[in-house]
Amino acid sequence: MQAVDSQFFLFVGAALFSIGLAVVLLKRHAIVVLMGVELMLNAVNVNLVAFSQYDPDRLQGQMLALFVMVVAAAESAVALAIVLQVYRHFRTAQLDELNELKQ
Amino acid sequence: MLQLAFYTFSALALFGALAVLFTRNVLYAAFFLLLTLLGVAGLFVLASADFLAVAQIMIYVGGVLVLVIFGVMLTHKPELPANTNSQQPNKIASLNRAGAQASWVVAILVAGCLFIALYTLLIRANFILLDRPVGWQSTVNTIGKQLMTEYVVPFEIAGILLLAALVGATYLASLQLKSSRHAGR
Repeated sequence: MQAVDSQFFLFVGAALFSIGLAVVLLKRHAIVVLMGVELMLNAVNVNLVAFSQYDPDRLQGQMLALFVMVVAAAESAVALAIVLQVYRHFRTAQLDELNELKQ
Repeated sequence: MLQLAFYTFSALALFGALAVLFTRNVLYAAFFLLLTLLGVAGLFVLASADFLAVAQIMIYVGGVLVLVIFGVMLTHKPELPANTNSQQPNKIASLNRAGAQASWVVAILVAGCLFIALYTLLIRANFILLDRPVGWQSTVNTIGKQLMTEYVVPFEIAGILLLAALVGATYLASLQLKSSRHAGR
């Protein structure tokens, strides 16, 4: 029994990935760029999970999605610490105002 | 019924993502990201990945998003009064209107082309895997067994990575020495 055709999961994943890429390219606030990266990682997870339901014995896709989540959590923690430090130093978190290496 | 749930959750996720793209307020973007993450968790349930859905809610909504909101609030800058200091450098070109329009066009073009390419690829692709039958069963048992047998090395490495990231993030965020001289500018 198949409730939803798996291709729709792939379409949703593709749309989420494209929107995440647009957010990363377009936004100027560093934290919003990080949100775009999270969106892209979520899109990848949707794809992995959509394929993984055909593999109920080993669940390789879901395991990879789990590790992607772990790495995303670690990445966002370190990145937010760096953004905080950049904000303390430059008094701004807008990426295109950071045009000096030393201040 | 399941179709309806699928369309609801995917609409929720896509709406949240588009709202993150189009909103100007950073805090609103964080809250719209919450919608997206919840929608993706619902999609995980519909793809019979119950453990991952709970993990998504706990890790992303409970951890990452709270961290992001803390970050937004710590780097929020109220509008400063007009700076009369003549030493201020000029704003760079992408801050004015023409530059902003151009960056919108480029970003929409790149993302749209990527989406169209992926869409045609998926339409044309014929995955043999997708013809197999699927069953609805809990994945918690299998994930537990897999974590302790086949994936035990990545599991331990993930633990070490999390420890290192925790210590590193704490150290980075508490580093005050160099920046305290500039903080009063």
